[in-house]
Formats: sequence, C-alpha cells, structure tokens
Amino acid sequence: MSIQRASRLTPYVFLAPAAAVMAIALLYPVCYMIYASFLDWNPSQRIGEADWIGLRNYINLLSDESFHESFWVTLKFAALVVGAEMVIGVGLALILDRKLRGMSVLRTIFILPMMIAPIVVGLVWRYMYHPTVGLFNRTLADIGVSPVPWLSDGDWAFASVVIADVWQWTPFIFILSLAALQSLPQSALEASRIDGASGWQQIWHIKLPLMMPVLVVTGLLRLIDAFKVLEVILVLTNGGPGLSTEILALRISRTASEFRELGYAAAMANYLLILLMVLTLGMYFYNKVIEARAVRLRKAAAAAAAKEEGA
Amino acid sequence: MSVGLDKRPNPAFYALLVALILMSAGPIAVMIITSLKLNVDIMSETAGLLFVPTVQNYETALCNMLWYEPAHVDYCDPTFGRALVNSLIIAIVSTAITLVIGCMAAYALVRFRFLGRDAMSMTTLLMRMVPPAVLLVPVFGIWTFQFGIDGTRSGIILVYVAMNLPFVIWILQSFIVQVPIQLEEAARMDGAGPLQTFFLVVLPVIKPGLAAAAIFTFRIAWNEFLLANALSDRSSRTVPVTIVNSLTEYDIDWGVIMATGTLLAIPPIIFTFIASRQIITGMTAGAVKG
Repeated sequence: MSIQRASRLTPYVFLAPAAAVMAIALLYPVCYMIYASFLDWNPSQRIGEADWIGLRNYINLLSDESFHESFWVTLKFAALVVGAEMVIGVGLALILDRKLRGMSVLRTIFILPMMIAPIVVGLVWRYMYHPTVGLFNRTLADIGVSPVPWLSDGDWAFASVVIADVWQWTPFIFILSLAALQSLPQSALEASRIDGASGWQQIWHIKLPLMMPVLVVTGLLRLIDAFKVLEVILVLTNGGPGLSTEILALRISRTASEFRELGYAAAMANYLLILLMVLTLGMYFYNKVIEARAVRLRKAAAAAAAKEEGA
Repeated sequence: MSVGLDKRPNPAFYALLVALILMSAGPIAVMIITSLKLNVDIMSETAGLLFVPTVQNYETALCNMLWYEPAHVDYCDPTFGRALVNSLIIAIVSTAITLVIGCMAAYALVRFRFLGRDAMSMTTLLMRMVPPAVLLVPVFGIWTFQFGIDGTRSGIILVYVAMNLPFVIWILQSFIVQVPIQLEEAARMDGAGPLQTFFLVVLPVIKPGLAAAAIFTFRIAWNEFLLANALSDRSSRTVPVTIVNSLTEYDIDWGVIMATGTLLAIPPIIFTFIASRQIITGMTAGAVKG
C-alpha cells in the first residue's frame, strides 16, 4: 500500500522543483503582466495603488502611431531576416553537402556568431559600421567610394541591422538544413540519379520536398526568435534614427524604463505574446500533422508488405 | 559510393569555403585585433594589420584584479572586474540549478504517466517562447515590491533558472527517451529506488545531452542583458550591463570596450571549440522536436 502510493507520487517528486520555480518566476509574472495591462501604473507605485482603467491601454495602442510604426518595423524585420537566412542557409547547405575532410572545423566556426553574446555582436558591428574608424567606410574610402551613413540614416540603419542579424543567424539554418539533407533516404536520391535527373531536378523535386518538414519548423523557430531580438539593435541604433529600427521588444523596454508607463508596456507585451503564441501553436500543430502522416504512411507500408507476403 | 560525391570539387568551391570562413570569423577577429590596439592605432588613417599589439586595454578593464599596478592607468575603475565576478557566479549557479531540476522534470515527463502530465508539457512548450522583453515589466514589479530581491544576485539567478527551464526540459526529453528502459528495470530489480535509478543509471547515460543543455543554459545566463539591467544594482551588475552602460553616444573608448567584449566572448568561444558536436546535436534535437 505504502509502496504503491510512493510510486504514484514519484513523478510529482521529480517535477516539484521545476514546477515550483516556473510557477513563481514565469507563470506568475505572466499572469501579473496580464493584470497590469489593465492598469495605469508607473514604477514608483505599488501595483495595488495603480488605477484600474480596463481596456484603455489596449485601445490607446490601436491608435498609437509609434506603436504602429514599431509593429510594422518588427514585421518587416522578421520577414526580411528569416527570408534571407532561409535562402542563404539552405542554399549553402545544398552546395556544401559533400564529404569534406574539414567539415567539422567549418561547422564549429559557423556556430561562433550565435554563441557569443548579442551585446558583443552589436558591439562588433557598431564598430565596423562606425562612420570614420569603421572597417566598411575605411574600405569604401580606400577604393574611392563616398562613405555610407550606415547607422545614421533610417533606411541604411534598417539594412545594417538586418545584415548583422543575417550574419549571426544564417549558420543556424545552415546547420539544421545540412543535418536534414544528410539524413535523407539515400535510396530516393540513388533512384533519381539512375533515372537521369540532373542536379537541379534532384534539388527541386526530391531534396527540397523531403526536407520541407524540417525547413518549416526551422523557419518558424527563427521567426519566433526574430520577434525577440533586442540586444543587437539596442547596441547598434537604440531604435533610431527616429523610429526606423525600433522593434517591438525595444519599444516595450523603453516604454517601461524611459516613459515609465508600466501598464502601457504590459499591454504592448501582451500583443507581442499573442502573436508569438499563435506562431508557437502553429508550429506545434504542424509537427503533430507531420507525425500523424508519417505514422499513417508507415502503417500503409506495413499493410502493403503484409499483403505481399500473404500473396 | 556515388559518382557525385567522389568528383573533386573545383577551385570555386574552395574559394567559397574560404569566403564563408572569413565572413563568419572575420568580425570576431576584428574585435580581438582592435582590443589589442592602442587608441592611436585605432584612429590612425593607415591602420590595418600593422601595429604593435598591447594588452593595455585589458589592464585598464581588469585593473582591480591584477596583482600589479599597470603604469598607464591613472584611475582604476573597478566596475568591470566586479561585473566579471558577478557574471561568473550568476551564470554558473543558475546553470547548475537549471540542469538538476530540469532533468528531473524531463525524466518525470518522459517516463511516467500521471495526472497533469499533458498540462505540464503544454505549459513548458508555451513558456519557451516568452521573450525577456515580456518578462521585464512583471519581473521588475514582483522582484521589487513583493519578493524584495531586486538588486541581488539571487534575484537574477531565479529569473534565469525559470527562463531556461522550459528549453532544458524540452531538449533533455529527447535524450531521455533514447535511454533503454531495460537499464532502469534492471536497476529497479537490484533494489534501487526511483531517485537512485535516476541519478546513478539515467544521468550517466544522457551525459552528451546534459553537456548540450549546460552550454545553452550557460550561454543565455552569461549573455543576457535586459533582465539583468532591470534587476541589478551597482554591486550586482553583470558584464553585458556594464558594456552597454559604457557605450555613450560620443567618445567611445573602442580599445577598452573591445577588450571587455572579447573577455565576454571568450567562454562561449571556448565551449564552442570544445563541444561543437554536442552543441550541434542539441540544436538539431531542439529544433526537430519543435
């Protein structure tokens, strides 16, 4: 009896510490934030002293020009960055998918940019973009081209931020698609080669379709992360010039710390959270569908094999 | 095996490889080289790779931790040295805690069927996407007014552990699933309790997974800026916070700041070179498992 109870309690014993920490420091803050988004609250007040203003924060946000601007900047940034990274990353994986002696060294070098701190990435790129001492403008000056206002002009600043992110995260896509490529069924590739498919045909009709599940998940993961990017942009431009690079995460942190409107920042954070939740659930269900299809295919194959044996 | 793979790649292929290596490692090299330059060399028009390397910038940054007094430092600013100690303590302690309780939770989710299991894995999945910017407001409010742990290292450690747990649980699940159940059954036959089975049988088998999870957790705790900035005070600041603070609009001391950046980048770089295989395995597992 007591042994039975002990074994039934076992999973809860294992879960308890993690569940407790996540409840205190993750779930509770998120609920707290949802509550705070209905308040007019500044950092010098305790939360109990703040006024309840219902949905006004949310409604004000809908007509807030600069919120629109940073929402648009965020979408543009995420779409551009993920698009560019997918094309370059998958392209490189297709090109470099060969048996090379130094491949592991190569991959090690490629993952360096995403291992070092985003703050450091921002720092390095800010130095290279520097108008006078920076590497880029120096090189341009050496070949006689007039200097580029990398971080001081709105459009250039946006491009610079995108370039820095593409530098940092393309290797992620590259490594995952390389892994996917190398685990493709050799028989399909072999068969298509015997049938005389050219390199391009193989890529279009066999490799890419077979890699699709992994590519979709990788792209969604990157998309979710692209909405979270903050530090690199903070160091590079701090959202400027104007609002040209002020992505949502940065706007939330500035609303909280500079404009001291915690309720407003919380409402903004909630909009971001809803967006991310939709993407995450989309990824989750996509995975489920793919898994279900794989199971169905395996079953069909097994049934076919059984039939053949019977015949 | 196949014709295509045996063909010798042409020179353009190697040129592409070299270009890629230069592109990905170049900016990091630029940082390290700049950190070894005097400001005179950084500013000079003709500067390039021709300069006398110096460790002066590092001496300035670490002046209060050296056993000698560098001659060129007039006023020693202890901010960075202190931040380095804070960063080390915070990153190591939070990584250790996250790993221990994270792998216990992952084990429970994989090996047991119990009430609340689905709710727990769903929560883990959803919490994985919460960005630090979203946690900023509530964590600041709660830590300051309710827990009274703002400005302390333990406050920062608590939020890092919570933030990393969902990811660690997720990634370790995929490693624990692969442990043959017969191993655990054998241990139980021999009279081991569930905790013993877990710590003495399961943990040693999933060491590669633990290594990957440890590196990812350490990396986030070591690199994080936003929450550390909101929760720390003068005495508990971490390195990323001090770096951002010293980045003013004008008149940046590039040599010293690149030295601090290099010091911040060194631990992740070392991990990458030691354990790139585990990192890549972890990355793949984390992505494929969604």
